[in-house]
Amino acid sequence: MKPLLSSLPGIQAENSRVFYDGMRDGIPIGLGYFAVSFSLGIVAKNAGLTAFQGFLASALVNASAGQYAGFTLIAASAAYLEMVIVVLIANARYFLMSCAMSQRMKPETPLHHRLLMGFYVTDELFGISIARPGFLNPYYTYGAILVAAPCWATGTALGVIAGNLLPLRAVSSLSVALYGMFLAVIIPPANKNKVIAGLILICFASSYAATWLPLVSSLSAGTRTIILTVAISAMAALLFPVKRKEMEND
Amino acid sequence: MTNNIYIYLAIMAGVTYAIRVLPLTLIRKEIKNDFLQSFLYYVPYITLAVMTFPAILGATQSPISGALALIIGVVAAWFGASLFMVSLSCCAIVFISELFLIPLT
Repeated sequence: MKPLLSSLPGIQAENSRVFYDGMRDGIPIGLGYFAVSFSLGIVAKNAGLTAFQGFLASALVNASAGQYAGFTLIAASAAYLEMVIVVLIANARYFLMSCAMSQRMKPETPLHHRLLMGFYVTDELFGISIARPGFLNPYYTYGAILVAAPCWATGTALGVIAGNLLPLRAVSSLSVALYGMFLAVIIPPANKNKVIAGLILICFASSYAATWLPLVSSLSAGTRTIILTVAISAMAALLFPVKRKEMEND
Repeated sequence: MTNNIYIYLAIMAGVTYAIRVLPLTLIRKEIKNDFLQSFLYYVPYITLAVMTFPAILGATQSPISGALALIIGVVAAWFGASLFMVSLSCCAIVFISELFLIPLT
């Protein structure tokens, strides 16, 4: 590891162990990313992007819904300002995740780690990072990024080149890898904490209702996620305030 | 195409990075406010739960295989399977069930 970060061999050994943990947990994420970004590549192709541009978009943006929205705007030759607004809305949930993550960083974590961690705040990497006990170790996240990021970027490029070659059944089964990971993050705490278990059921029910309720259902999935996240988390924080000690036990 | 694709990509990347990095770099201290603290504690679970259902039903070729993946994933995670195993069981059940559900593809 980088000798600049710490001179203590014990911390270096810990960092490299955590780095490998991250790489291991990055494998299912990479598989899921590949499937999703492959189908995103088909959208990119239809929007007029080359394989290189699709690769670049995925390497720099790392956001499924945000990129999808972006590609459809490129296809429509939308104004640049429109692109700014739509990307802002589609990715606003990362702002909430980043706020939550800031509370799990060791306060003295140097700026370069914060800048690097910020580059890859995705649903999945946020999920697995936050599931670790105690303060976040950036090396865990870096290990997962090292495995998952190339899958995301090359998947898009291959999607542009060879959109329809992968059998549908393979795409279909790879697509649930992401949701499997979400479940692996939210279910174990629900097993220990009845409030979280109840909240998850409320989330499922209200998220389902939001897909068919008038007005709400016409909003994009990203916007619905933000509204529900803010509303349900605020309600939970009012009704079931959490003491710092309980947070550390999770 | 009148607009430049690379400018579009730069906007997408710049706006997304700003959203992600600003809280992480600007919020250096522990938030003392009880409400905000609890709110941010719940955010991860809530947002992942909201994104999982009903989206999982639409991710597969048949909503039935999506529902099976949800059930298997919940059961496996409840009984303490690792992240990788939970994910893998979800993929496996979709692959197997779709052999029966969608025989033509």
